[in-house]
Amino acid sequence: MRAWIAFWNILAKDMRTYYLKPPNISWGLLFPLVWIAMFFVRSGLGMESLPSLLPGLTALSALFGATSVLAVTVTFEKRGRSFERLLLAPISLETLMLAKTAGAVIFGVFNALVPILAGWLLADLPGVDWAALALAVALIAVSSTFIGLFIAVSVQEVFEAQAFCNFFRFPMIFLCGLFFPIDRLPLWLRPVSYALPLTYGVDALNAAVRQAGRMPLALDFGVMALFCAALFWLSLRNIRRKWIA
Amino acid sequence: MKNIIEVRGLAKRFGGVDAVAGVDFDVHEGEVFGFLGPNGAGKTTTINMLAGLARPDAGAIRIAGVDCAANPKAAQGLMGVVPDESNLYPELSGLDNLCFCGALYGMRKSARTARAGELLQAFGLAEASGRKFGGYSKGMKRRLAIAAALMHSPAILFLDEPTTGIDVAGARRIRQIIAGLRSQGTTVFLTTHYIEEAERLCQRIAFIVKGRIVRVERTEDLLRQAQGRHVVQFAVNNCAAALLDAVKAAFPALSCAALGGGALRVESAEPVRIGPIVRLLEEKGAEVSEARLVRPSLEEVFVQITGIEVDAMKMEKDKGGKGGGA
Repeated sequence: MRAWIAFWNILAKDMRTYYLKPPNISWGLLFPLVWIAMFFVRSGLGMESLPSLLPGLTALSALFGATSVLAVTVTFEKRGRSFERLLLAPISLETLMLAKTAGAVIFGVFNALVPILAGWLLADLPGVDWAALALAVALIAVSSTFIGLFIAVSVQEVFEAQAFCNFFRFPMIFLCGLFFPIDRLPLWLRPVSYALPLTYGVDALNAAVRQAGRMPLALDFGVMALFCAALFWLSLRNIRRKWIA
Repeated sequence: MKNIIEVRGLAKRFGGVDAVAGVDFDVHEGEVFGFLGPNGAGKTTTINMLAGLARPDAGAIRIAGVDCAANPKAAQGLMGVVPDESNLYPELSGLDNLCFCGALYGMRKSARTARAGELLQAFGLAEASGRKFGGYSKGMKRRLAIAAALMHSPAILFLDEPTTGIDVAGARRIRQIIAGLRSQGTTVFLTTHYIEEAERLCQRIAFIVKGRIVRVERTEDLLRQAQGRHVVQFAVNNCAAALLDAVKAAFPALSCAALGGGALRVESAEPVRIGPIVRLLEEKGAEVSEARLVRPSLEEVFVQITGIEVDAMKMEKDKGGKGGGA
């Protein structure tokens, strides 16, 4: 019960202090809408093409939403020493970090909902597997959040966190099969593509929205879950080694 | 007397340097325990290890019988920590900061709201409770940080340099709070470089220098050592080494030392006869503008034990801050 009270209050404080600030809410709405507009302008297609764009737009919105704030806020709190106060609390490091990351996961899911809602309102979405779509969005948001956490515990300064976020995000976007199908990538780049969690997230979204997945859904979800567990474990290990040294 | 903190062979190295080199000490339940030493002596590193923010390289810590290595989170639940720099949230109000800190210790909403109100009142911050912490003065920030550490009514409170950088009135208020905590039965572990602060507040004091504890004793016992001594300080226009040697040669029974800023310090177990010393100094060409009896204090003992000048220690610490010494 004590741990739950701490968990809930850390999450509520982060939501109030960081994620529910007007600039972040408008970023959360604007960013997916800009992506949608960009894809339409680029492709020159009509609303009927929205379902084919939806997996990519959803994946990008979740990725950017989940990674944009967490890496910066954790680094900021570490620099300002308020993170120390959390480390002094009698709750496990696992509970603490789950609480710190829950806000980013929610924000990532919220961002991903914008293109999904747009698709639902503006186009026909026949045959969508909503359960698979929800699980794929959740796993993309969690894995992206844990990438943000991994970055946050690997850097010292806020500007480094921002730079590292892009260092991870942009190669992922180009190599996950969103812009170029993976089998059209040079042979030597394909293993890199399969080493990225977003590749499996995009594939799961393609399967859920367009029934066009390249891999079995169970494999997509399983690999993403493994990425989440590995990234979280690595982040906690880094915190123990660097911040409670 | 029951020990609430037991430390044995505690050690920590940073890059080949012994920050804390195998220290042993106990803190009694309900006392204000002073941990004194100059900058870089290992005070904050020791507190961090006691609080679970740093992992010892060697040694054992028990807090209220709990082995900190085996069960650090249980130990953390028993303590409140006030670091040397504020670590509250600038964007939250004073009240919200306290309530958030209470929640970290599993306090329910009604309990933490009531406790926060009580502490804000007691610490003279009730009127500022709705203001953002970032807009507080340094003294207010430090008081709120102490209140935050007390939200869950810990058995032990760690205070790291609580009055550094605070103005005189603010520092006095914080000292009153610390004295009040002791009367309520809270054990206080106080690190400070203000000797007079420790003298006033602490029942026992440990001196730490270069990562080693050089003395742990009751404050009154330490003062007793100083009270048997007679110390006179002369203000001299030029206290050169030759002058000091001349005084030492003429008065071998006295213990003499040159202090910074042209001061000569003379110490003896017997009352010091000022006249002959002043005459000698003037014969040697020095101009004596003042001779004053120094009140026996913990400072004298500190200087004797550590060989460190108190003024030098204060100046080092106060760089960039006003200093809250008495």
